[in-house]
Amino acid sequence: MAEIRVENLRKSFDQFTAVHGSNFTIPDGSFFAMLGPSGCGKTTTLRMIAGLELPTDGRVLLDGEDVTFRRAAARDIAFVFQLFALYPHMNVAGNIGFPLKCAGMGRADIRARVAETARLLRIEHLLSSKTSKLSGGDRQRVALGRAMVRRPKAFLMDEPLGALDAEFRHLMCSELRDLHDRIHATTIYVTHDQLEAMSMADTIAVMNGGRVEQIGAPQEIYDRPASLFVADFIGSPPMNFLKFEGGLKPGERAIDFHDASIAVPEIREARATGPLVLGVRPEHIRFSDAAPVKGRVFGAEYLGTTQIVTVDTPYGRVAARLPSSLHVGIGEAVGLNFRPERLALFDATSGAAIRTANFGGAGHG
Amino acid sequence: MADVGLHNISKRFGAVEAVRDLSLSVNDGEFVVLLGPSGAGKTTTLRLITGLEQPDAGTVLIDGRDVTRDPPGSRDIAFVFQQYSLYPHLSVYDNLAFPLRSPARRVPEPQIRKRVEQTAELLHIASKLKNSATRLSGGEMQRVAIGRALVRDPAIYLMDEPLSSLDAKLRAELRLELKRIQIELGATILYVTHDQVEAMTMASRIGVIRDGQLLQLGSPREIYENPADSYVASRLGTPPINFLPARLVPDAAMPAGTETIGIRTEHLEIGKRNGGSLIGRIHRVEHLGEQNHVHLAYKGEMLVTLADPHQMLDAGEEVELHLNHPLYFDAAGRRIPVTMQ
Repeated sequence: MAEIRVENLRKSFDQFTAVHGSNFTIPDGSFFAMLGPSGCGKTTTLRMIAGLELPTDGRVLLDGEDVTFRRAAARDIAFVFQLFALYPHMNVAGNIGFPLKCAGMGRADIRARVAETARLLRIEHLLSSKTSKLSGGDRQRVALGRAMVRRPKAFLMDEPLGALDAEFRHLMCSELRDLHDRIHATTIYVTHDQLEAMSMADTIAVMNGGRVEQIGAPQEIYDRPASLFVADFIGSPPMNFLKFEGGLKPGERAIDFHDASIAVPEIREARATGPLVLGVRPEHIRFSDAAPVKGRVFGAEYLGTTQIVTVDTPYGRVAARLPSSLHVGIGEAVGLNFRPERLALFDATSGAAIRTANFGGAGHG
Repeated sequence: MADVGLHNISKRFGAVEAVRDLSLSVNDGEFVVLLGPSGAGKTTTLRLITGLEQPDAGTVLIDGRDVTRDPPGSRDIAFVFQQYSLYPHLSVYDNLAFPLRSPARRVPEPQIRKRVEQTAELLHIASKLKNSATRLSGGEMQRVAIGRALVRDPAIYLMDEPLSSLDAKLRAELRLELKRIQIELGATILYVTHDQVEAMTMASRIGVIRDGQLLQLGSPREIYENPADSYVASRLGTPPINFLPARLVPDAAMPAGTETIGIRTEHLEIGKRNGGSLIGRIHRVEHLGEQNHVHLAYKGEMLVTLADPHQMLDAGEEVELHLNHPLYFDAAGRRIPVTMQ
């Protein structure tokens, strides 16, 4: 297995720069997710690491060795596009063993490797089955087995679960992570689905417009987003953004929010008066008549354990996650109280998070 | 608007019983969601109401009138499909006006203009009326498709997964909008989906359907808290309810005949070992931001519970399990009611 390192990796297509110079190191055995909307450069980055695309600039190192210009087949990396692509005329063992057969391995060795792979994936009982007879989940396991059987240094996966419905996708996430915990293969996983990234990854790189906006552990990124973009992309419903105008001084523990005072984590940087954004996660909101932000309930969405209550305020529509036992009437006037120590502040113009006792700045983490 | 009733409807396609003895009423002003996997008979049920299919047995009533043998055109129904199906050569305005311009309806132009403008206002697409239908975003196109149903004032709106082709964010937005519009108009809607979140968040009542049979009909809260069987229990809730074979929970008081115990994730409590008899081992802690999903191994079964994201829990740790508000199911999966003492 291997450490993957990317240095100043850049890719331009004519006038368009797809990747603006990425730098990150993925430790050996780690599960790394590249997360972002379509067009953010995540797939291009992955293809450069795989050797399917040559970078305009920068280097890719595999276990310290520069492989930037080595062709894909010589990189000892397994690339998994869509987990469903199987050879229909072969049985499960044939599908899994195929890459070894192509490499000219002997039959007995192939049989042993296939058996070992099947054991890791817990599909030993399916080895002689036709692939067309398999369930969706088993087809995915077989496709994974075909990638695993070569014992590559790393797995690169590009939205492998994209075609599945939401509930099954989350189930497969658990399974992929369990498999990772058994074989500890360095994995890079590209997705636009924040739930997949949060659920599986040790580290997430959030990408936007060809740049990595933040790298960190899932909970770290959720709790301390470095920008408005990250805060909006992670979490469902996403963080609420309440605009206001104001200046900040280090040491202050409250902001002047439209003539009201709202407690926030201690400010750690000075800002001249300008447009700012208060960021509030839905689960950090509670109803309270005395609260400074008032609004009217627009809708309540029952989710079993909790409910998402949307409230129209003078500063926009706000989503709050509340216990489902709370009775909420549509049109009801409510006050919104925020949990001070979890609030985030952003520069409305640049989108960057402002340093506070909760958020340590761009170098945080 | 009006109420719609299905009485003992059955429909067979060759060897497949698509709908089996299904009875269902949608009351005036109600938003009923049929929830089920693909192939459960949801779409067939809608098509039977429209008259695009004829039932083998049973009756369809609209506003108390038996319409079982009436042709589709005379049933006073508006249908919204999964695909946008707009007329690409027409403007948004003309797409919305189209159903009212049907020669059978003869709605005067000024009245059409009024209806179209009201509908566009309701759907927040008033500024797009002059646009060509193809020059809209996915969300706007689906709003127009819904709007084309709303310009009419039919007895009932039938909707077949109208949001499923949209991305997650837009879907969440339109869920709220659709519910608001339904309340504002007092519209009667029968909506089918395989998405439990859509069902839970929009429905006045959910009908859980499987293999052509209606398993349970009730408010989202009733279905979630009081499921009739283990399938219904598993259909609502993310992460799904935990099931434990009763034999793995010794010394628990449970009704006679209990084979399986169901515990919702929020009712599975974990704590430090403190003399309790149910000991599980933490397999993995999944960080999802607003909460953690803690995966536990207990006597060979995997269970999931919820935890605060900042609670310190490590894989491998042994914890004591407490099963709060358990649901009991018999060998056939039917719920065994517990009588309060």
